[in-house]
Amino acid sequence: MNEYNFAYLDEQTKRMIRRAILKGLAVPGYQVPFASREMPMPYGWGTGGVQVSAATLTPGDTLKVIDQGADDTTNAVSIRKFFENTAGVETTEETEKATVIQTRHRIPEAKLRDDQIIVYQVPIPEPLRFLEPRETETRKMHSLEEYGLMHVKLYEDISRHGAISTAYAYPVKVSGRYVMDPSPIPKFDNPKLEMDAIQLFGAGREQRIYAVPPHTKVVSLDFEDYPFEATKANHPCDLCGANDSYLDEVIMDDAGNRMFVCSDTDFCRSRRAAGYQGRMAREEMQ
Amino acid sequence: MNAQTQFSGGFQNAPVEAAVAFRAAMTVMARPGVIRPLIGAQPPAPLSIAAGTLLLTLCDPDTNVHLAEGADTEAVRQWLTFHTGAPITAAAEADFAIGSWQALGPLDDYRIGTAEYPDRSATLIVECDALHPSGVELSGPGIRDTAFLSLPDVPAFQANAALYPLGCDFFFTCGDKVAALPRSTQVRTGG
Repeated sequence: MNEYNFAYLDEQTKRMIRRAILKGLAVPGYQVPFASREMPMPYGWGTGGVQVSAATLTPGDTLKVIDQGADDTTNAVSIRKFFENTAGVETTEETEKATVIQTRHRIPEAKLRDDQIIVYQVPIPEPLRFLEPRETETRKMHSLEEYGLMHVKLYEDISRHGAISTAYAYPVKVSGRYVMDPSPIPKFDNPKLEMDAIQLFGAGREQRIYAVPPHTKVVSLDFEDYPFEATKANHPCDLCGANDSYLDEVIMDDAGNRMFVCSDTDFCRSRRAAGYQGRMAREEMQ
Repeated sequence: MNAQTQFSGGFQNAPVEAAVAFRAAMTVMARPGVIRPLIGAQPPAPLSIAAGTLLLTLCDPDTNVHLAEGADTEAVRQWLTFHTGAPITAAAEADFAIGSWQALGPLDDYRIGTAEYPDRSATLIVECDALHPSGVELSGPGIRDTAFLSLPDVPAFQANAALYPLGCDFFFTCGDKVAALPRSTQVRTGG
């Protein structure tokens, strides 16, 4: 073992977080205040997600951490290392093998199962915050179910751009009651919010935890004449050829060449391992 | 009450046992109707293993605990105080309450949260003689279509669900088994 308490946090902190998670699950989409701790990483690096994961992990779990879909970026690697060191849990890059997935800004392409838990890192948990800066007011708006301002915001999108231009952190209504920020996932991922796995959201700096139980109704806000649309770049992946995955655009050189690749690195890798090839797959291998 | 009972019966390895116990508690709260094993504590009678484990997993000096009649014995008080440090209070101030369904009622006594802070509500741990996935029909968040659970009451849970997003949340314990009913679940007879 090591010199840390299991999963870093002390037991009283974990109990406090666990109580918040239970209330969050009982009132889907409602932001439960919690006494967020200082973590050994800066705010913005997933301190909320890390605390929720720490309170959720058991020694038998296999943890996967993704950052914008990728398993191999600094944020993902360091959080994975953190839990390897402090909880001694197995880690993986494969969505299939994970039991707990901590994510920053993506939902994996593979369908999550009912024995999996996904933990989102959330920067600003309050969907109304950029419309109303006062916490006392937004709290009142949630209590009164007063979400007109959010529809005005989406309407202004349409009047200015001809379409709802909000592309990420697209607001949703959970179980017909609370409007919730699904964290800055692309709106392409919004339909996946109705899933078999338990979804937990942790915002460390803002000290909020919220949750969406499995099979909960999650509706992206829209208008009858401007229905919600889950958009993505209109290309196949240049490495694995997938037509149905969310893509990153990568600038290749100064001549304006670019490529589109799956943002979910594990999804792309497993497709290539199965023999699928995109437009630039051969070049990449050489 | 001898010291043996008061000081024993806690977690052997608190961080790990509490983590495993919380996973069971979270799973049943996220999936109403699902029944899971819950072990770790050896509480004094009349508390069940599952109820004792829930108390050790969730209670500490920050949470007020109400012991309903039957569960309010000197042995339980001393055990709970030694292992959790939780203050023992009346129903109206409780964060957690424990006892049989008859002893816990009526629900009007418990905190249901406020419109701005619905999380500030009581969680009731209901000790049951039996717990099985049949009887009352459940639907709502956490349930694919419908689920079934042996509930000790129906009108009380329907009234509680009608308060949504306010209301109490419930764990049902029987021996080493646990199930849960959050306020978000719709309850219907005739299943």
